[in-house]
Amino acid sequence: MEPVAESPQLQLTEQGQLRHFLTVEGLSKTLLTEILDTADSFISMEQQSVKKVPLLRGKTVVNLFFEASTRTRTTFELAAKRLSADVINLNISTSATSKGETLLDTLKNLEAMSSDMFVVRHANSGAAHFIAEQVTPNIAIINAGDGRHAHPTQAMLDMLTIRRHKGDFENLSVAIVGDILHSRVARSQIHALKILGVPDIRIITPNTLRPFDIESMGVTVYNRMIEGLSGADVVITLRLQNERMKSALLPSQHEFYSLYGLSADKLKYAKPDAIVMHPGPINRGVEIDSDVADGGHSVILNQVSYGIAVRMAVMSMAMSGQTTQAQGNNDTETST
Amino acid sequence: MSLWIRGGRLIDPANNIDTITDLFVNDGKVAAIGPCNDESAPSIDAQGLIVCPGLVDLSVSLPEPGKHQKGSISSETRAAAAGGITSICCLPDTSPVIDSASVATLVQDLARQGGFCNVWPIGALTQGLTGSQLSEMGTLKEAGCIGMSNLRAPFENTRVLLRCLEYASSYDVTVFFNPVEHSLADDGCVHEGPYATRLGLKGVPESAETVALTRDLLLIEQTGVRAHFGQLSCARSVDLIAAAQAKGLPVTADVCIHHLLGTEADIQNFNSLNHIQPPLRTEKDRQALRNGVQEGIISAICSHHQPHETAAKMAPFAATEPGISALDTLLPQALKLVANNLLTLSQLIERLTTGPARAANLKTGSLGVGDIADICIFDANEGWQVSANTLHSRGHNTPLMGCDLTGRVKHTLLAGRPVHPPRY
Repeated sequence: MEPVAESPQLQLTEQGQLRHFLTVEGLSKTLLTEILDTADSFISMEQQSVKKVPLLRGKTVVNLFFEASTRTRTTFELAAKRLSADVINLNISTSATSKGETLLDTLKNLEAMSSDMFVVRHANSGAAHFIAEQVTPNIAIINAGDGRHAHPTQAMLDMLTIRRHKGDFENLSVAIVGDILHSRVARSQIHALKILGVPDIRIITPNTLRPFDIESMGVTVYNRMIEGLSGADVVITLRLQNERMKSALLPSQHEFYSLYGLSADKLKYAKPDAIVMHPGPINRGVEIDSDVADGGHSVILNQVSYGIAVRMAVMSMAMSGQTTQAQGNNDTETST
Repeated sequence: MSLWIRGGRLIDPANNIDTITDLFVNDGKVAAIGPCNDESAPSIDAQGLIVCPGLVDLSVSLPEPGKHQKGSISSETRAAAAGGITSICCLPDTSPVIDSASVATLVQDLARQGGFCNVWPIGALTQGLTGSQLSEMGTLKEAGCIGMSNLRAPFENTRVLLRCLEYASSYDVTVFFNPVEHSLADDGCVHEGPYATRLGLKGVPESAETVALTRDLLLIEQTGVRAHFGQLSCARSVDLIAAAQAKGLPVTADVCIHHLLGTEADIQNFNSLNHIQPPLRTEKDRQALRNGVQEGIISAICSHHQPHETAAKMAPFAATEPGISALDTLLPQALKLVANNLLTLSQLIERLTTGPARAANLKTGSLGVGDIADICIFDANEGWQVSANTLHSRGHNTPLMGCDLTGRVKHTLLAGRPVHPPRY
């Protein structure tokens, strides 16, 4: 039996609509497809001169970032603004909130300001989950990255990128390369690829950066690039943090690049029409060569622009789920 | 003060007794076993109930001194009495730690004032539990400490550990080990397994326990010190202990009830109430621990009671404090092992009384004539619900909150004196 780490109830309404977005695990193919379809519709809207829709008008979105981020926070902010929401950005240093009580206190203070949605990034796995459990009903929580656990909007924008370039998921070989151990992006991607029906998910990594029993998530593990990349349709490289060289996980940047860096030479083993992705920010010459990052196979910049559409989709869906849930509760109250 | 306990099923594994009989308590001791010969004497009607030695718990964290937000010695010993436990060995993880005679004495004085339960302190093996300098073990022993432990705190180096064991062996001090190799545990908070991988939580590999355990056993053999290993969590640890015992080393071991009933799957949905150290491990580990208890390699089951205030668990998983409040629920939880046919009732009681008493060298855990009348009388079939109202511990941090349990303590006697239910 496959281990199930999270039950989906917390993030879904009784009718199965999204009301928080905490993790991809446990969600249905239908729901993930709905996110992608909704995002697609926002992408076509971007071609228009007026880029705003009133879906979140009058709502207050708080970007609650306990961990530094530029790109993710900016795209969330832009997404919220295009949905006509009011946006507050809070960057809270982790040192001030190393105690859980303070996180809860912060949360209660923000609730008191009648916010409607928290976009949360936190260094602890499970932080968004914890906030969703503790928060007042009717506030939607969107996970913008928690520890090593999940980064579901990144995974969904990656899925959108794959779908827009490859059409569907049914016959794909997808290889994820690099530091899987510390990567919340990889975990969410694996869940999403599996749910959307990708038959061949590979990870390519040295055993020091391979999470225990990752095979149970439905992936095949390769230690060598040439074998792992052979015949791949999609190659996803992950950012390698510099501190990994210091904790006896890797010998050197040089060796990592020579063994796992995505160069044009190695990319030749993938399919001729393979696409290359990276969640950013890129370490050129470490996990990916500049020629590849800027080359014809790369869709890295598309990922960034799709990120806004996916975040718009998730935010509008979760807000709509919260509204339906609240109405349902009101109906029950009045009828009894 | 004298008292008859009438008509109960007396189970006293130390004396190989399992029979329905009366028992006479006089002057704090068991004075007679057999039919009551004085109808007018005060008595407890124990018909349909089990009468056994009061339980002995080898691992309890007390919140005093220094952790008043988590409860008091009075509240927690009261919880012990309600759970049928008459002796607890308390850990040196107080603030300040039990590394001086004054703290050891204070803990015992506070326990005596409460009067609910015997409290036997385990002293710190190193000063301040910092792992660098020997504690005053001779003085601590004089002050009532029944053994010394460094808990899960690291030693500065293996030489310090060796010196601790050499010194302890000079004064016949039992050393309590909680084996953990910190460089391998590496601040992990859950078992390194598929659940840790999915939840993105840092894992503690099994080797963090077994590497330290192997080292400890080699040093025990070298020094001849008497050793007890607490809260084993993995299958291979049971094998290592069995091999050491077969070799004749003076080594005993316990397991906490959580590891006999739970597995890593219990951390699903980031349930921090199941955040404990050592972490809950695999089904295979649970099975091996159960076998170890059956075979007697593991001679004691403990509660590993760690009461916490609500806020201690109100944070993302890794930031919560590990531990479960478990004194109130130890017996009904342990009875699940009997219900699942893993142990006989007599075996279970042995592992909760004589087994731990022998490991800690305590003069309790048996009900022969002349023994101290520490007695637990319980209904093995009565159900009750765990709730804020039914728990006596100040710590409400239990994953069992709201659950129905079977098995309820009806009376607890401490040296013949009723301590539960309370006489107001």
